[in-house]
Amino acid sequence: MFKGAQRTKNVKPGWIIGWLPTRAGFFPKISTRLSREDILGGWRVRWGFSRMNYQVSPGLYGVGKPGADSPVLVTANYKLSFDSLRKHLEGINAWIVVLDTKGVNVWCSAGKGTFGTEELVGKIESLNLSALVRHRNVILPQLAAPGVAAHVVTRTTGFKVLYGPVRAADLPMYLKNGCQADRQMRTVTFTTMERLAVIPVEVILSWKIALAALAYHLLAQYLSGHLSSWSTMTQFLPYLGAILAGCVLTPMLLPWIPGPSLAWKGWLVGISATLAFALINEHPWLVNTTYLLILPAISAFLAFNFTGCTTYTSLSGVKKEMRIALPLIIFSAALGIVVRFVYMYVWRTPWQTL
Amino acid sequence: MANPLRYLKHVVTLAIDDARCTGCGQCREVCPHGVLSICNGKADIADLDACMECGACSRNCPFEAITVSAGVGCATAVIRGFLRGGPPDCSCSSDQGCCC
Repeated sequence: MFKGAQRTKNVKPGWIIGWLPTRAGFFPKISTRLSREDILGGWRVRWGFSRMNYQVSPGLYGVGKPGADSPVLVTANYKLSFDSLRKHLEGINAWIVVLDTKGVNVWCSAGKGTFGTEELVGKIESLNLSALVRHRNVILPQLAAPGVAAHVVTRTTGFKVLYGPVRAADLPMYLKNGCQADRQMRTVTFTTMERLAVIPVEVILSWKIALAALAYHLLAQYLSGHLSSWSTMTQFLPYLGAILAGCVLTPMLLPWIPGPSLAWKGWLVGISATLAFALINEHPWLVNTTYLLILPAISAFLAFNFTGCTTYTSLSGVKKEMRIALPLIIFSAALGIVVRFVYMYVWRTPWQTL
Repeated sequence: MANPLRYLKHVVTLAIDDARCTGCGQCREVCPHGVLSICNGKADIADLDACMECGACSRNCPFEAITVSAGVGCATAVIRGFLRGGPPDCSCSSDQGCCC
């Protein structure tokens, strides 16, 4: 009958507000309003906390009073995807098929093939959709297209795949227009708000870089005999600044930073910030040289990493950046470290700063 | 500023085999960047450098007329794949790694 919307806990989640009787049994009726818990959960995963466990049980759900002629909407079982779908379905009667995408969002799971032809065909058959509805259409988010071969689904199940709009917000209009999407509905954007939404998780995932920078910083401080001083703490701040320049400032200013390469954009932001810092601090010029070599390299690397979040970077482009930009980044950072140790050991200068 | 976010030029691997294409338009429908258009009954690449190689068009072409080396355009995945000597590996199913 109902295949567990309560996989982990044996409690009904708050967004199930009733049960829909069908010939195959009862299916959960879901709310189109997000509760405080849903919103907080969304914030939590946006910050990267147990993101991979934010899941909805795959299966059949419904909104409103769906019947045999209601549209069938298909989505991923990442709860953030599921929530952004249902919150736009106020006043709509529809069936919702949640595929098992291992808790990954629509676009990424389509890219990996888990939101794929096989999974969709399997769900259409196991849920016996042809007995549930009279029509033979399933509506998929357009961004599922990299994983689903529509013609193969039709050939195997008889169901026609209609690609809906990119954004769930456009679904009511799409349904009202008789499943027609215009160019704007079909085009992916990367607005300031969309970029802001993916920044927190980038900041959290930059911890490895922060840790590496900290290890290097502490080692250098130790070798120069300044480890115990208060300045050890404050002198780490430029590194944190470089990290934020790469994974906050660069994504925010993305359309306004010249040049197509992400690493280049990050380097530009990093070098500008470091130059400004070098002008106001009163460190010896060799100290600032090491900063100018290391800090923009950190920003550039993190900006390059942001390619995983963007909606427009191609695999071939990322590979090209990896071939050209990554060696330069590594060379610059390594040179900065060498300059610093040469300065420390060859000149034997007491190292007050850095 | 219509769409100022453009990635590297002259790298995209998208190609259409005119002999197989029937101009059905399915590829144009699934493309999220308006790369394709239909011109004289054939699919035409109108804006090659806007392509992000997601592979939606080639996957959904009933006549296998479109080729593109599709994959995750994600630095973490590409670097991980390079280090392991395999294809780009976006291990988003573990709780670390890329941001997608």
